[in-house]
Amino acid sequence: MAANAELTGAEIVLQALTDLGVEVVFGYPGGAVLPIYDALHQQSRIRHILVRHEQAAVHAAEGYARSTGKVGVVLVTSGPGATNAVTGITDAMMDSVPLVVITGQVPTHLIGTDAFQECDTVGITRHCSKHNYLVKETARLGDVLHEAFYIARSGRPGPVVIDIPKDVQILRARYTRPVTTGHKTYKPQIKGDLASIEAAIEMLAAAERPILYTGGGIINSGPVASQLLRDLARLTGAPVTSTLMGLGTMPHDHPQFLGMLGMHGSYEANMAMNRCDLMVCLGARFDDRVTGRLDAFSPNSKKIHVDIDRSSVNKTVRVDLAIIGDVGGVLEDMIKLWRARNHKPADLEQWWSDIAGWRARNSFGYEQQGKELLPQHAIRRLFEMTRAKKPIISTEVGQHQMWAAQQFGFDAPNKWLTSGGLGTMGYGLPAAIGAQVANPGALCIDIAGEASIQMNIQELGTATQYRLPVKIFIINNEYMGMVRQWQELNHGSRYSESYSDSLPDFVKLAEAYGWKGVLIENADGLDAGIEAMLAHDGPVMVDCRVAKLANCFPMIMSGAAHTDMILHEGDTQGERDEDAKALV
Amino acid sequence: MKHLPPERHTLSILVDNEAGVLARIVGLFSARGYNIDSLTVADVSGDHAVSRITVVTNGPPPVIEQIIAQLDRLVPVHRVLDLTALGPHVEREMALVKVAGAGEKRVEALRLADIFRARPVDTTTGSFVFEVSGSTEKVDQFIALMREVGLVEVARTGVVAIARGSEAV
Ligand SMILES: Cc1ncc(C[n+]2csc(CCOP(=O)(O)OP(=O)(O)O)c2C)c(N)n1
Ligand SMILES: [Mg+2]
Repeated sequence: MAANAELTGAEIVLQALTDLGVEVVFGYPGGAVLPIYDALHQQSRIRHILVRHEQAAVHAAEGYARSTGKVGVVLVTSGPGATNAVTGITDAMMDSVPLVVITGQVPTHLIGTDAFQECDTVGITRHCSKHNYLVKETARLGDVLHEAFYIARSGRPGPVVIDIPKDVQILRARYTRPVTTGHKTYKPQIKGDLASIEAAIEMLAAAERPILYTGGGIINSGPVASQLLRDLARLTGAPVTSTLMGLGTMPHDHPQFLGMLGMHGSYEANMAMNRCDLMVCLGARFDDRVTGRLDAFSPNSKKIHVDIDRSSVNKTVRVDLAIIGDVGGVLEDMIKLWRARNHKPADLEQWWSDIAGWRARNSFGYEQQGKELLPQHAIRRLFEMTRAKKPIISTEVGQHQMWAAQQFGFDAPNKWLTSGGLGTMGYGLPAAIGAQVANPGALCIDIAGEASIQMNIQELGTATQYRLPVKIFIINNEYMGMVRQWQELNHGSRYSESYSDSLPDFVKLAEAYGWKGVLIENADGLDAGIEAMLAHDGPVMVDCRVAKLANCFPMIMSGAAHTDMILHEGDTQGERDEDAKALV
Repeated sequence: MKHLPPERHTLSILVDNEAGVLARIVGLFSARGYNIDSLTVADVSGDHAVSRITVVTNGPPPVIEQIIAQLDRLVPVHRVLDLTALGPHVEREMALVKVAGAGEKRVEALRLADIFRARPVDTTTGSFVFEVSGSTEKVDQFIALMREVGLVEVARTGVVAIARGSEAV
């Protein structure tokens, strides 16, 4: 192609995506994006994965992005295509996933006339995207695409929406690949302030009961950050806990790792958060699922917060020292300074002995007896039987998600894909598909609930079409278990509309889509069922029947303090007062 | 943190003068439950590239800190200045105040307007439109007095503000 030839807007989109190194686009066509689909048809460098619903295109792009660290790309049409994508965009916003979502729009002269399949996409996505554009001139398209990728991946990552009217896709303009990428004013602070980092190191060296509270920011910072965290943990001897989003940054069986904290976190992690004298928050955001009752949250600690997003600092919890910057870089500086000052791990013997006491409660423990299969055990065995393959695990939302976080062990970042902030049922299957596209040789498993899986069940067809050997492991308790659990604990066991009635025969459903179906009826069939799943080289859906009324513990009820953890069934009350019921 | 007493803060926000910026800012305030007491916006650059938005808000200090951090995070926002925290600054507001009446009330309206340096910018035999400018309190006071002499309606600009001294933001 001649350097200065004019291209159509659609060709510019494809050329810019190619220049940006994009290999895969997840999408669904429609009238307002036909020119882009036509341009797509005439090239071979970018692969298009046709989903069955636009929400799934976005979750698939999230799975792609979270399992690789690259920007995920989505292409959908105007109107219903864009509105269907909104849940996925919001999910990516809440969980800081870098995406570029291209939406078609009616031609510019029809905007504002309630034209067929017109919707105000930039208006609708304004507050659920990191940034968005309505591109009204073809000549601007190239620059906007490059800028959008920069914004999506820099600072705190997030989804960027580019709405392109159909005439803009058809008109011609010159495209030149920009020499620099960036944005004229959006320049997030990457490097943490050294004086503050020094102060942090001194606090850490002096602490008697320190804890490193880590989150998804470490994963977003890149795999090196996880390595640096492990180094810092070793140097300081401090215990480490992780949020749901951060699982994998520390090896699950590392002696200094206390497991996940928060509402369904381990007893030792939450007790250590409560009793520490120094909390170092690294790329986490003091989410309400983590803090529990704010006025009782870690009452006697000094707090350091490292975050790339200034608005996360002092939002719900006031901290003593804030360091704004990329957590990977800050960790590197912390380690350098620790070494330069010749600090040795403090004497943490008393602290570790306290922790050992809490650990001895074995709060994630369960007792599998007889034929009735406990969901925890099903997931534990799935972990044990697949761990050598280093699988990528996605989840839906509910009890199974929390049991997966508790029972499945991760050793590396980018292996755990779950909807944390928005809690989107229907996330797991498309996310697994996106991860499988990005990692063709990997074992990708969606740990699902029988209710959640039905929210994007149509994506079975996508996996079949692209021969993606995705596995779905349905923890089938015939209930929207997490809803039922709250009804049991808060609403007198009145199970209003939480029973999963009229379930399909999942094995037959799998077969209808060209998948293999496996039924695990009870504990006796568990290992054989998992083996059958692993033995098949195509996609498999496992319907694993588990105890219907199991509850997920430990649990810190909304609005309760870390020290008021419910460890067992017997600790519950069955009904709560109105203030408590109002909490989410 | 949210139970501290509220403070009134005047924020000056420099933004890219592009479509949707104002909606972004206003939407942020409504989505996160922050208060807007007054809002003004206008292009302030020679090349129409930058607009200046002045927002008067109120909230406890931690909320004000959050508002600023949240605004700062928006991609088209160049800078957010908390003029109240920065110290001495000038705040002005302009109002057009319509008063109708005859006889003694009409004379009294003119006399009060003179004290407030409000200028009549439209006159009929039965009414005046006064232009008054100054601090919010002064404009409030003027309007309150006009109520007693036949106030009909008011249009206000909201606050614009700028830091004192020779420096630009
Ligand atoms: C889209 C969406 N709708 C509703 C909810 C509320 N919700 C949270 S968990 C849950 C039940 C999930 O049931 P299931 O998938 O069977 O998982 P389980 O809890 O039984 O493991 C519901 C309805 C949600 N998180 N997402
Ligand atoms: Mg269920």
